[in-house]
Amino acid sequence: MTQSLESCARPPTAGPLAPPGDASAGAVSPVPQEEKRMIARVGKTAPDFETTAFHQGAFKLVKLSDYAGKWVLLCFYPGDFTYV
Amino acid sequence: MLSASTDSHFTHKIWQEEELSKMVEGGVPFPMLSDGGGRIGAAYGVYDEAAGVDIRGRFLIDPDGVIQAMEVMTPPVGRNISELIRQVKAFQHNRATGEVLPAGWTPGQPTLKPGPDLVGKVWQVWKPVKIDG
Repeated sequence: MTQSLESCARPPTAGPLAPPGDASAGAVSPVPQEEKRMIARVGKTAPDFETTAFHQGAFKLVKLSDYAGKWVLLCFYPGDFTYV
Repeated sequence: MLSASTDSHFTHKIWQEEELSKMVEGGVPFPMLSDGGGRIGAAYGVYDEAAGVDIRGRFLIDPDGVIQAMEVMTPPVGRNISELIRQVKAFQHNRATGEVLPAGWTPGQPTLKPGPDLVGKVWQVWKPVKIDG
């Protein structure tokens, strides 16, 4: 898996993942319509996802549900090399 | 801590090596996630389709995977880390003790124990700090 993360092509990461037990949504792209209705709200389960990441000098796959049992701060920002 | 933008993991690597490592010793310690296409941002309501980027949004997720707090801002203004840390400590305190934290609570200040005895008596316990201006 590490090999594919270092190749030129974007690896086929899963992006947002459907909640367990939702048989109507597949794990492969294109993103099923079902997932688009899952919007983050306080008091509700955070939408799970899997994607590529850069961490401690290496590329790896990160899945939100791998952090179950820990507090997670998920921060979005407009882009690398921006000013603020 | 996980950060995410629509940049690729390759771009994250160069940003870390060329700039962030000069601002933070050793570089930022958390995974930098690639949200190519903004699909994750869309699920969190922070993907700006016109600009093609994720706007500034942060989500505090508890050990059960439940979102406890969120903050979403337009791009020009940066975040206030001290308020974020206050929220993390408050939610962790609530989770550990069941006590609730009144407005403006900071660690070390009195907490509230919900129950019939507290109804109408919050004024006796809660002494908010006055803020100038």
